[in-house]
Amino acid sequence: MFHSFGPILMQLVLAIGFAGAIVALTAIIGPKKINPVKMDSYECGVDPFADARGAFHVKFFLVAVLFILFDVEAIFVIPWAGSFLAFKKAGLGLFIYLEMAFFMAILLAGYYYILKKGALKWE
Amino acid sequence: MTQFIYMFIFAVIYLLSIAVAAGFLTVVERRIAGRMQSRIGPNRVGPQGIVQWIADAVKALQKEDIIPTDAHSFLFKIAPYLVFMGVFLTLVPIPFGAYTLMENLDTGIFYVLAMASFVVIGVMMGGWASNNKWSLLGGMRSAAQMISYEVPAALAVFVVVVMAGTLNFQKIVFSQGASPVDWYVFRNPFAFIAFNIFFIAALAEGNRVPFDIPEAESELVSGYNTEYSGMRFLFFFLAEWGNLVVIGALVSTLFFGGWNFWFEYTLEFSVPGRYPIRFEVLGFLWFLFKVSIFVFIIIWIRWTLPRLRIDQLMDICWKYMVPIGLFASIGILLWMYFVPEKSLADTIMRYSMTSFGGLTILYFFYRVFQNLRVTKAKIYANPFV
Repeated sequence: MFHSFGPILMQLVLAIGFAGAIVALTAIIGPKKINPVKMDSYECGVDPFADARGAFHVKFFLVAVLFILFDVEAIFVIPWAGSFLAFKKAGLGLFIYLEMAFFMAILLAGYYYILKKGALKWE
Repeated sequence: MTQFIYMFIFAVIYLLSIAVAAGFLTVVERRIAGRMQSRIGPNRVGPQGIVQWIADAVKALQKEDIIPTDAHSFLFKIAPYLVFMGVFLTLVPIPFGAYTLMENLDTGIFYVLAMASFVVIGVMMGGWASNNKWSLLGGMRSAAQMISYEVPAALAVFVVVVMAGTLNFQKIVFSQGASPVDWYVFRNPFAFIAFNIFFIAALAEGNRVPFDIPEAESELVSGYNTEYSGMRFLFFFLAEWGNLVVIGALVSTLFFGGWNFWFEYTLEFSVPGRYPIRFEVLGFLWFLFKVSIFVFIIIWIRWTLPRLRIDQLMDICWKYMVPIGLFASIGILLWMYFVPEKSLADTIMRYSMTSFGGLTILYFFYRVFQNLRVTKAKIYANPFV
């Protein structure tokens, strides 16, 4: 189990190492001339006012919550799909199919609810 | 120990080839864009400008690494790594041939879906850490867009998993055949719908036009990467073009038969010793050909379509693609339940869909040539000018 993730770990370390080495190289080669104007955030040439990290629209948060619901659905459903054919061969096709149909129906009802509630309206 | 060394060498080759492919693609894209806009594009550095990307990289290497005083220094620094990682690790379980793959993961599809999320985290982190209004807007929009489009993409993948009965990419390739009739796109109408949804969602997840709202140059001054400079900026850039390869590879593996090019491939062939090396090479080239066709289509779309508005983008995802995806996933279950493989209905559907697909492509070329004839436009087919 762990063995098969070895190459991924290797790739991960290598990718970060590669990126880190290049950034370190720029730090050595590149110029370092610091002045306050250069270090300002870009705001179309005027002095930046206030902090950028203020409140943002609640829609973004709403989308994130909806995403979590649907992604959890995907996490549930995809392994089920992987074993669908095997169950069908074992003669349990209808049973497992109805199970998922029930789950999907609940999901669709939830989807209809958020649609009617206007959670997906962007204006 | 020797295994460890092999693993290391393979990983290095792998990393470099993706980096080179992504760099090379930036030049290819600019040349194609030039052609589509009746100009030449970069052709000065090296023959036909093919080493332009090295020049760009060297230039970026010499630039100052600026971290704005207002920015959150630590998050600002690590955001590009996350994006870079997200793209480079995604390709690990995708087979380029019977043996040419990093790791044959049994949970390959989950792994890819999970790794794609790294990009979202990186982009949002970069946008937030920059402490710039444009960056924050770009980062938030990008996060909203990417996570939204992951839902239809997951539904489309679900359709493939139902047909293949596995999450392993190599087995998905084996369960499709070499000929177009056996590809999943042309198996049944639901798979075709799934392919379209997946391709569009992949475009949106890769921040490509028409879904490039996060970096809308003319509105958000490049969005989440506004404050980045030098090599860190280049990582975002490299990730975007690396993503093209990822999209192309995923689409051709899941729906277009992957590297499988010869009719008699079966699982038996994957046993070492039974498998001629020339098949491996041909399969690899065939896969690269498919990937490059999809990459070309993505570039073509970029230089043809205008950008969407954010509310349109969200509407397309949540009000059209998610219901259509749900429809396709319910439909494929019914199809798999009532139409057994190699039955008459299955065969008829496969052949009619394949011929429909073929005829559509032929009709497209017919229209192109007819337009050329009517408008009497001259066609400059030579790419090397």
